[in-house]
Amino acid sequence: MTLLQTKDLTVTFQTADGPVNAVNGVNFSIDKGETLAIVGESGSGKSQTAFAIMGLLARNGRASGQALFDGQDLLAMPQKALNKIRANDVAMIFQDPMTSLNPYIRISDQMAEVLTLHKGISKRDAITQSVRMLDAVGIPDAKARISSFPHEFSGGMRQRIMIAMALLCEPRLLIADEPTTALDVTVQAQIMRVLADIRRDFGTAIILITHDLGIVADACDRTLVLYGGQIMEDGPTDDVFARPSHPYTAGLLRAVPRLDRDDDELLTIAGDPPDMSRLPAGCPFSPRCAAVMPHCPTVKPRLESFDGTRRRACHLQIDEVA
Amino acid sequence: MEPILSVQDLSVTFDIHPQGAWPWTKPQKLHAVNGISFDLAPGQCLGVVGESGSGKSTLARAIVGTVPSSHGRIMFEGQDLASMSPSARRVHRKDVQMIFQDPLAALNPRMTVGDIIAEPLITHEPKVPRAEVRKRVQALMERVGLLPNLVNRYPHEFSGGQCQRIGIARALILKPKLLICDEPVSALDVSVQAQVVNLLRELQRDMGLSMIFIAHDLSVVKHVSDKVMVMYLGRTMEMAASKPLTTGPRHPYSQALIASVPIPDPVLERARKRPVLEGELPSPLRPPSGCVFRTRCPKAQAICAEIRPPMTDAENDHFVACHFEERQEMLVFAR
Repeated sequence: MTLLQTKDLTVTFQTADGPVNAVNGVNFSIDKGETLAIVGESGSGKSQTAFAIMGLLARNGRASGQALFDGQDLLAMPQKALNKIRANDVAMIFQDPMTSLNPYIRISDQMAEVLTLHKGISKRDAITQSVRMLDAVGIPDAKARISSFPHEFSGGMRQRIMIAMALLCEPRLLIADEPTTALDVTVQAQIMRVLADIRRDFGTAIILITHDLGIVADACDRTLVLYGGQIMEDGPTDDVFARPSHPYTAGLLRAVPRLDRDDDELLTIAGDPPDMSRLPAGCPFSPRCAAVMPHCPTVKPRLESFDGTRRRACHLQIDEVA
Repeated sequence: MEPILSVQDLSVTFDIHPQGAWPWTKPQKLHAVNGISFDLAPGQCLGVVGESGSGKSTLARAIVGTVPSSHGRIMFEGQDLASMSPSARRVHRKDVQMIFQDPLAALNPRMTVGDIIAEPLITHEPKVPRAEVRKRVQALMERVGLLPNLVNRYPHEFSGGQCQRIGIARALILKPKLLICDEPVSALDVSVQAQVVNLLRELQRDMGLSMIFIAHDLSVVKHVSDKVMVMYLGRTMEMAASKPLTTGPRHPYSQALIASVPIPDPVLERARKRPVLEGELPSPLRPPSGCVFRTRCPKAQAICAEIRPPMTDAENDHFVACHFEERQEMLVFAR
């Protein structure tokens, strides 16, 4: 069953150089209990997509289109109703846990506030529940440590606290924006395991926003690849990784240095990430594409379905994608 | 061959005043780097990996000479860094250059790219005529893949990858013998990361550079390095040629590190055994007794708390510091 569906989601920022489209007509959906990866590099619009859904865009940003959560449009909703959904149904965790926690307030108070505010339960019950949640995300000795301040925890522990906090109201959808980018690989593995456990125990649907194809391979059912604010392709993770249908995905997969491969030279994608204020009228990837054709920069390829479960936006034939 | 850099039993200690302590109380000693030894042959690249807090950046700073060592020796081309005269040190600085993790933060925002790249040359060789400086800057910009007509632009006009290229050009203008790269690609996008890694390897080959490549990402390190050193809490756990170390590591920490690196292949990834390392790095102010890794080690026994395992050569130049070291086949090679 579809939990969240975006229809023609577009995010526009008013800047000194005129309007800039960070996200350009993105359509996707996520089912209950599913894990969807949104993969992209800087400037791909992956974070802005999430911010738009959560109603967290910067002041100069505007979202248009629809984001239907359980059939209700989050973008058209009055603030009060949106707050209710953000409290009970959708939660988000961010890349840098330190900047999302208030350094002056004890963890116990920050966590209890969520519950007393949204669920109206007493502070004592709220703290009991918070301790249980901290236990669930693997914070040792949670009962004693809950009264500590954020700086007394390491980066990995802070991210666990953020996850625990996001889960307090048992959301049906968790949006994780680069949750492990600031962490060491060993801690990253721990956090990814926490997310997997949560999904199993609570049936939470997860949108994992990341640039790291490695963690996607392990953790996600479906993968959606964004470039220049547009969907390049999406489909089941196994299929996308085994047979990428877009030159960008193929290039990205080749550019990742792999521990299990012995290549001498890494294959690269030429050029730099896109400048969103100067995107070509056609395919945003055309300036860097090795298989570019004359009409690519001017004619935008349509996002077309194939194989039943996959979509791609490219003028090339599928078997031409190397 | 005579090593270009020989580090012998190097320790770097910082004095830490505990919070709230009286000003006259003795500071605590924090051993950021603790008894590290290695040799680097000319033209070779040593990769250094470890989690944050393992002391890898401090090691780099000590070799460049920006933090003093408290014990041990750093020999650069047979000369001890600590006993160098100030003028010899100046020459040493020319020979050892560094590039940094955050490419934009490492560049002065109020200087043009041309000035940034030229600055080390003008500082160290003030007699070089300006026309020559300009020529060398432009040649180098082309070499690292920047259009020379961008010479009058400012750093903020460039993307992260281009800024890192500027940083590389600045480090290379003095024709150093040793280049120290401290997490040079961690802040870059995947597609750009590969470009910079390839550029560094090319430059290393063409200019005969020796390199120390520090990163937390073992898959990147493996691609650039001839030899890899794994650090944990200021100490070396294992050191070997890069292929044997990544395919058949002997130290439990290296094994855990490799197991934690995700591989972008769903099928392989599911088939792989991935024991997750529990816990986190202990405080370097109170390192565990004996083997520093024992608090997180799946193989730890009583002896590990008592005796610190010495660095031993397990098999042809595969050094490991563990009482229970044992080669473990980590990866099934694709293809």
